[in-house]
Amino acid sequence: MAILPKIQKDRIIEYLKEGKRFDGRKPEEFRDIEIKMGVSKNAEGSCSIKFGDCEVYCGVKLDAMTPFPDSGNEGILMTTAELSPIASPDFETGPPRIGAIELGRVIDRGLRESGFIDFEKLVIKENEKVWAIFVDIYAVNDDGNLIDLAGLGALIALAHAKMPTYDEKEEKVDRKAGLSKDPLPLDRDSMSFNLSAYKIGDSLVLDPNKEEEGSADYRISIAMNASKDGDKISSIQKSGEGAITEEDMNDILDLVSKKWDGMKAEVNKFVWGK
Amino acid sequence: MAIKSKFTKRSDGRKFDEAREMDAKVGIIPSADGSAMFRSGSTIAIAAVHGPRILHPQHMQNPKKGILRVNYNMMSFSVDDRIRPGLSKRSQEISKVTEWALSPCVDLEEFKGNVVDVFIQIPQADAGTRAAGINAAAMALAHAGIPMKEMASCTAIGKMDKTLAVDVSKEEEDFSEGEGSTDIPMCCLSRTKKISLLQLDGKISVDELKEAIEMGKIACGKINEIQAKALKEIE
Amino acid sequence: MNDKEEKRQIIVPGETIVSGDEYLPGEGARREGEDIVASKYGIVDISEKLVRVVPLSGVYIPRRGNNVIGQVVDMNSAGWNVEFGSFVQGFLPISEVPFYVNRNELREHFDFDDMIFAKVSGTNGRSIDLSIKMRNLGKLDEGMVVRVNPHKVPRVIGKEGSMVNMIKDSTGCTISVGQNGFIWIKGEKIEDEVNTKKIIMYICKNSSVKGLTEKVKTYIEKDLKLKIKEENGN
Repeated sequence: MAILPKIQKDRIIEYLKEGKRFDGRKPEEFRDIEIKMGVSKNAEGSCSIKFGDCEVYCGVKLDAMTPFPDSGNEGILMTTAELSPIASPDFETGPPRIGAIELGRVIDRGLRESGFIDFEKLVIKENEKVWAIFVDIYAVNDDGNLIDLAGLGALIALAHAKMPTYDEKEEKVDRKAGLSKDPLPLDRDSMSFNLSAYKIGDSLVLDPNKEEEGSADYRISIAMNASKDGDKISSIQKSGEGAITEEDMNDILDLVSKKWDGMKAEVNKFVWGK
Repeated sequence: MAIKSKFTKRSDGRKFDEAREMDAKVGIIPSADGSAMFRSGSTIAIAAVHGPRILHPQHMQNPKKGILRVNYNMMSFSVDDRIRPGLSKRSQEISKVTEWALSPCVDLEEFKGNVVDVFIQIPQADAGTRAAGINAAAMALAHAGIPMKEMASCTAIGKMDKTLAVDVSKEEEDFSEGEGSTDIPMCCLSRTKKISLLQLDGKISVDELKEAIEMGKIACGKINEIQAKALKEIE
Repeated sequence: MNDKEEKRQIIVPGETIVSGDEYLPGEGARREGEDIVASKYGIVDISEKLVRVVPLSGVYIPRRGNNVIGQVVDMNSAGWNVEFGSFVQGFLPISEVPFYVNRNELREHFDFDDMIFAKVSGTNGRSIDLSIKMRNLGKLDEGMVVRVNPHKVPRVIGKEGSMVNMIKDSTGCTISVGQNGFIWIKGEKIEDEVNTKKIIMYICKNSSVKGLTEKVKTYIEKDLKLKIKEENGN
């Protein structure tokens, strides 16, 4: 139900002024993260991931295809997000609306621009055959902050995926042979984690639930990466109608980099550890 | 029949009247009015119900009673050969037959001008996806408190050459010796035992089909027990 | 429903509840030959041969006389459209408001997104008529709204209001309960409202448990560390 009373929004904003949230979390605190691997045995890699009650399913599939005309020595990446109405009474049926499109593209850029995927190692035969990686994200229950959830889910699915078996003679994937033992060509050091800060009233909040998200003026998603020469930002997307003040811009960058510093180890464990 | 069938044994060791291992749970999607998961072997379906709610646009409303609307789709990575995201003709057809399978169960007289939306997603597929979808959807409808006369349970009977078997796996669907594989999805209502979904493709005699339907009714009865158990197991 | 319930019997649509000519089918049940059959998913309630199925879930079905809490979503010169989480919307006509309203100034009284506490004055299937002519009804200012399963509202209220009064006595909040599952809470401090919300959620989570009143009392005193104000030495 799309009801978010103004009085609720007022209360959320006021409570945040005291640094408090209805569920007892601090403004920069994340909900409990729960991950289940292998939601589809037919995927090259897949997982379900939850932040509290918010849940997405992420799956990775690969196929051998002809490369794009001007990128004969690079593999392909296609990221799609589906905000199906199964996840919320507020989502509609039909082709992806702007919410899903934006989410898919932001996650895609984070994966692509960070250098996480070694596209050159995805070449089978230059200018003729390359691997295409398909990352598909499905919202299953919307309870706020789907974008960060989807970003982490995509990383985990990719890190656990295995390359399909390629039949050199037939020049296509041999599905019957099953997956190889090889992981995807990923660069651990380039892994980027998407952290979104939301402006609610006068406060900046991380990992909002649905109610809190509905009270936000804007969201700014920053993909953070822990490289050898210090943390780097690999992509940013500001979303929503509000405008960021100069002061807030600095506060946001400080908040996000501090949070990333504190979460790095845990995120690495989720992505590479299991 | 004196003719011996070329299909003599199931590769997973099951008896011919034995379904795959099943699992069901309700309430898996908190923001839905009702939700459920149904698993049959490696096929998993999740369903969510939203409604009854106002139907837009107004010209689609039925002034005599509420409408049941089903949207079925498979996740792109649910099968070995990735499915392009978005609706396909297949998913649209399955959406419609699912709606027809569930309609006799629900009583939407009270909800004129409204719609009850059922959403089904398949994260992992290994044959019998529409059956798993219907089984999950029926539980989700009950869980959502929709007035229902009875439950619906669905299975797929297969005929591999001359052998009838319950709950065919993907491998059995691909059987090609002799008369090949005939796939018969059927949905049975729990109390009246009426058949609300019946499809077939392959090659089968009238007598064989009658036998298949009898096998199906028994199998559906067992599925109904699992659905009822899941609905009663809430805390 | 009281705390002395035996092991409750959950029934699934289509199942036979009881058999026998002496039984009468109530809400959520129907007769088929000898059998009384469930027409809904819920808990069986048999009292004096009347067999009902009490739903555990499902959308709120408005009844005349119910108090509901809803949000103003639209308005025209005749009144306001109110959304209260059901399958129909409500309409509050200007005539059902206890003060004068100029047809061009509806927004001054109730604006878009305002929350109101109203009574269902009539139902005709396609829409619900609301009224705020009685005392205690009207616009809800400040505070917060909690949404619960409408079927749990009786538990939140308790026998003759005993449960909701216990909540009020421990957090000091004003609480208005809508039969549609929307509950408005207002306290002196937001902390009090958040505690009230926690208690309400606790009640809903344990709604079918035996001895709920005692459990809630323990939750309030031990988990939330609040004192329940005693009234008139009882």
